[in-house]
This record gives sequence, C-alpha cells and structure tokens, in this order.
Amino acid sequence: MIAWLVGFIVLIVKIAVVLGTLLFIAAYLVWVERKLLGRLQVRLGPNRAGKFGLLQPIADSLKMLTKEDIVPEAVDRTIFLLAPAVVALTALLMFAVVPFGEDITLGGRPIPLVISDINVALLFIFAMSSLGVYGVALGGWASNSKYSLLGGIRGAAQMISYELSIGLSLVPVVMLAGSFSLVDIVAAQARYPYVLVQPVSFIIFFISAMAESKRIPFDLPEAENELGAGFHTEYSGMRFGLFFIGEYVHIQVLGALLAVFFLGGWHGPYLPGPVWLLIKMMAVALVMIWIRGTLPRLRYDQLMAFGWKILVPAALINIVITGAFVLI
Amino acid sequence: MTLYSILFYILAAVILASTAMAITRRDMVHAVIYLVVSFFGSALLFYLLGAPLLAALEIIIYAGAIMVLFLFIVMMIRIRPSAGRLLSRVQLLPAIVMSGLYVVVGAFMVTGDTAGRGDFQPAVAAPETLGQYVFQQHWVTVEIASLLLLVALVGAMIIGGKSPPESHPPVEEKS
Amino acid sequence: MSDPKQTSWLGDILGSVSAMAGGFSTTFKHLFRKPITEEYPEYKRPLPERSRARIILTRDPDGDERCVACYLCSAACPVSCISMQSTEREDGRRYAAWFRINFGRCIYCGLCEEACPTSAIQLTPDFENCRRDILTMVFEKEDLLVDHGGKDKTYNFYRYAGVVSGKGGKGEHVKEKKAVDVKTNLP
Ligand code: SF4
Ligand code: SF4
Repeated sequence: MIAWLVGFIVLIVKIAVVLGTLLFIAAYLVWVERKLLGRLQVRLGPNRAGKFGLLQPIADSLKMLTKEDIVPEAVDRTIFLLAPAVVALTALLMFAVVPFGEDITLGGRPIPLVISDINVALLFIFAMSSLGVYGVALGGWASNSKYSLLGGIRGAAQMISYELSIGLSLVPVVMLAGSFSLVDIVAAQARYPYVLVQPVSFIIFFISAMAESKRIPFDLPEAENELGAGFHTEYSGMRFGLFFIGEYVHIQVLGALLAVFFLGGWHGPYLPGPVWLLIKMMAVALVMIWIRGTLPRLRYDQLMAFGWKILVPAALINIVITGAFVLI
Repeated sequence: MTLYSILFYILAAVILASTAMAITRRDMVHAVIYLVVSFFGSALLFYLLGAPLLAALEIIIYAGAIMVLFLFIVMMIRIRPSAGRLLSRVQLLPAIVMSGLYVVVGAFMVTGDTAGRGDFQPAVAAPETLGQYVFQQHWVTVEIASLLLLVALVGAMIIGGKSPPESHPPVEEKS
Repeated sequence: MSDPKQTSWLGDILGSVSAMAGGFSTTFKHLFRKPITEEYPEYKRPLPERSRARIILTRDPDGDERCVACYLCSAACPVSCISMQSTEREDGRRYAAWFRINFGRCIYCGLCEEACPTSAIQLTPDFENCRRDILTMVFEKEDLLVDHGGKDKTYNFYRYAGVVSGKGGKGEHVKEKKAVDVKTNLP
C-alpha cells in the first residue's frame, strides 16, 4: 500500500512538472516566435512589456484570461464550448508517453523519467492526434459561421491526409527498433540517431507533422486572409487561448517526437537527458519558426496533391526498402 | 467486485448509453459525436481487457479516421434535421425483430458459457503476440481483406476519375 | 536518350529546391540585419508637410483671421462635422462668430481645405490628437485658431477678392482689371 502511494505521488509530481514545463515553454515559445519572426522580417518584435518584451507572455495571458468569453447566439453551445479543450488536451496528453531522461534512483527506488511507458505508445500518439482533429472540425462546425465551417472542413481533410503519411513514415523506425514503446525506440538509438539511417522518413515525418500542427506552409484551416481565422474565427478570450496553447504545445510535441524518433531522444554527451531533449525540441521549434518566416501558404489542391501523391508513395517505397534491409 | 469489474460495467453503460443517443439524434453531427464516444468507450474496454494494441487501433481507425470522414461529409452537405418521425414503422419492425433475436442469443451465450463467470482477471497481450497470431494463423484472411480493400480502392478511383457529365443537375435552392 | 519529360521533372525538383534554399538563405541573412523598425513614441518620423491630421484655422499675413464664414467647408465635409455662425464686422468684413469642428467624426479627408477659398482651414501633420473622452474631441474656434499662416504664408483673400473692403476698392485688387463702367458699354 505504501509503495503504491509513493508511486502515485511520484506520478503526480512528474505530471505536474511536465505540464508546468510544457505550458511555460508554450508561453515563451510565443515570445520566441514573435521575436524571431520579427528579426527574420527585419522588424523588432515585441519589446515593450519588460526588457526585450520578456513579460509579453504574461501580459498576453492576463489579457486572454480577463477578456470576455463571447459565445455567439447561433452556435451549437456544448460543442462550441468543448472544442478548444479537445485541441489543448490531446496535444498535452501526447506528452504522457515521451521519455525525457534516464531512470533516476530516489531513495532506493528507480524512477523512470517518463509518465507512462505503454507498449503501444506510438499508436497512442496517433490516437491522440487523430482525436485532435475533432477539436478543429467541431469547433469550426459549431461556430455556425461560413468561414469557421470552411476552416473546420479543411482542417479535417488536411489532418486525416497527413496522418497517413506520418504513420507510414514511422513504420521504418518501428521496424528498426522492434517496438512501439518510445522508451525502447530511444534506447535503440543509444549509438546513433535514426536520422542517419532514415533521412527520408525524417523529412516525411517532419513535413507531415508540421501539416498536422497546422503551421504556416500548411495553415489552410486558419488562413487569415481568406477565412478570417478559420476554425477559431468566433472564439474569444481563454477559449481562443486554448486553441493557441494547443498549437504551441503541439509544436513542442512535434519537437519531442522528432527528437525521440530520429534524433536519439534524450541521448547526448555531457548534459543530462532532459536538457538534451529540451535542446532538441527547441532546435526543431526554431527551424519551424524559420520555415514560417520564409514559406508562403500552399494552395488547397497543392496541399492534397503533395500529401497523397508525393509523401505517401515516398513513405511506402521507404518502408519496402527498409524492410528489405532489415531482412538481409 | 474488483476495481476492474466496476470499471468494466461503467464503461459498458457509457457505451450503451452513447450508442443509444447516437441512433436517436436528429442532428447528424451530434450522432457522429455520440458514436465517437461509443468507440472511445470500446477502445477503453479493449484496454481494460488487456489488448492495448486493439484499443489504439480502434481509436485511430474508427474514431480517428472513419468517423472524421463521416463528420467531414455531414459538415459538407449540411443536412437539416428532419422534423418527421424518427423511425418509420417500416424501419421499426425489422429493428425490433433483430434486437429481440440478439437479446435471446446473447442470453443463451451468457448463461451457456461458464468461463465468463467469476471475477474479471486483467491480462495483457503484447503487440508482438497479437501480430504474430494474426499474421501466422490467419494470414489468408488478412490477404483476402486487403484484396477486398484494394478492389474498393480501384473502384473508387474509377468512379472518382470519371469526367463529370456536361449538364449539371439544377442545384436546389432552399431558404 | 534524353526523355524531355524526365529531364523537366528532375529540373522541376532541382528548381524548386534551389528556390526554397534561396528563400531560406534570404530570411536567414535578415536575422543579422539591423531591423528597420522606427520605434514610435521615442522616435517620431517627421511627416510630410501636407499629411492630413489635426485641423487649424490660420491667419493672413496682416494677422487677421482668414475665415470669412462662407460655409463652403461645412458644405464640403462628407461627415458634416464643421459648424459655424457667420457675422459681419462694422466694415462689412465677414467672420465666424463661433466655429466648431467635431474631431470625433472628422475623417481627415481634407475636403474642407480644398473647398476653402481663403486658405483659412488647413490640416496639419499633428496626428497625436486622441482623447479618452470623445466629448473633448469637439474643438471650438479658440482651440482651432493659430497665430500663423500655415502652409500658405502670403495669401490674403481680400487682396484678390473683388469686393470693397479695407484692402481696396473695386478693381484695385491683385490681378484685377479696372472695373468697367457698365453704363459706357451700352449700345
Ligand atoms: S477633413 Fe474632411 S471630415 Fe474633417 S472636417 Fe475637413 S471635410 Fe470634414
Ligand atoms: S474655413 Fe474657409 S471654407 Fe470654411 S467658412 Fe471659413 S472661409 Fe469658408
């Protein structure tokens, strides 16, 4: 009983730390993104709230929290109110299976640095990201506005299409590691990261995951200049904030997954595991911001053609080749 | 009753309730959402019964892909909820007959199978075990299923690839 | 054998990759450039003389107020935010007894300035004219009247106008021909 209780407390502490870190980084990722995007476009970025605008995330969250939460008249109320939570929740839940360091021993008992090491962790991540589609699609539908509906429909189609190529791009990784568990996948990369042997998978995963998180070359569901703000046009206050948090947590999840599947997870010289994971996550986030500062938005047919006619076949061919190599 | 059986019954109740809601909703989107909840419940049930792989696949494929497609279509065509009777008499009769049959068969199965009694014992099947079982014992079935899907895919491509007829049917304007 | 389709397909890929690389290197170089942002409250960019913001009523070179209360600006204003009351001095010179512009409604279009025959009403580049209380945006003549000629320093309406005034009789104004005695023109 005591052991069970201790385990439970440790679990709660781990969850609290991970959630706190995630949300904190999400807030400051917004700052980093705005600052960096500014510099990429020869602007300054936020610099009024605090030194270098460092207090900007706090000001933003205060603003979001104190704003009126407007629920338009003709919306489908329950769904409208719940949709943002689905987006944020699924993004946060994906972190439950990401290992962020070696086991540490505390008071004679080993504590694995992962919230939950389930043997279908990779599929769990897919499940969460496919449930995240509902937040977007239903948020758009429930808003009962044409722009939101279009955004929601686009979001649903886009996310389903790219989920396929994400899944296929990870099959070679699973083949090499021989397990769905992210802990095992990281352990299998102790000697060399998989990006060296699976560069094609790496690229396909990166592109599709970016499409999955609806970031700029793929931000059709929220396309500001054609759909207002797409699926979250009608949202305000903290509900909009939840969509926002969802997006920035999603960036971190993407960074973490990219690190886990291809960059060796928390493995790295000199520094402790969690620090390495953070460094890798941030590197991925910076690259994504750079991409956002450079590329224009795809057209809808380009998006679909790219997903179905280039990424999916490339991933399939990659699987066949990897399979051949694994067999030999 | 162990904790597992309590969870089992709660989940079963949720699944039943959400499925009932799904078939009685007039708003298609609501029906889809209830169905998703029901799939979610089934997935949890699988997990509880020690098949995490099946649970994950249930969510990814049914809740994540198929229902999203349903939702996609429903959102696109914007059906207005019909005002008439939910089930016409023609639909009601077969439904009652079938569910009656189902209850009878189910009752026989529950009373006939003694292995189902007793406390619920959690067990875990690793993904490898399941994969080996399916692909070694039942590979013919898998191949037949995939062939079926391939045929469906080719058929869909032929239907979808056809150039649309010149004269479009007049679009009905309703206000 | 070079298949034209094949080479164009490969060329397409190479072309787009190099185009993307060009874009990324451009944005990357921007990272190290000095931002061109002008930080507003600390640095105020000098605006062109003719930019349109807060409105003033100017005076002619002799120090007299220019406005002759002709109502033309008021009529030209698309949002009807100018109102005034005209009166006359003893010498017959018209002026506005009161003159009011509601800046809460003004759209700074400059049509009043175009309409004004005396160059009295003018827009200035001073755009920092916001108030928290919209009622304080209503400017009276005292707030509008300034002590200079604005953009047009030398113009004096009555030197050109063909009416009898302190500046001259009929036919004595600038660019004005001697008045014709209509009686001598009769057939
Ligand atoms: S600038 Fe335009 S709106 Fe403003 S007072 Fe003059 S005419 Fe009216
Ligand atoms: S400001 Fe000019 S246009 Fe307006 S009343 Fe005076 S003289 Fe006439």
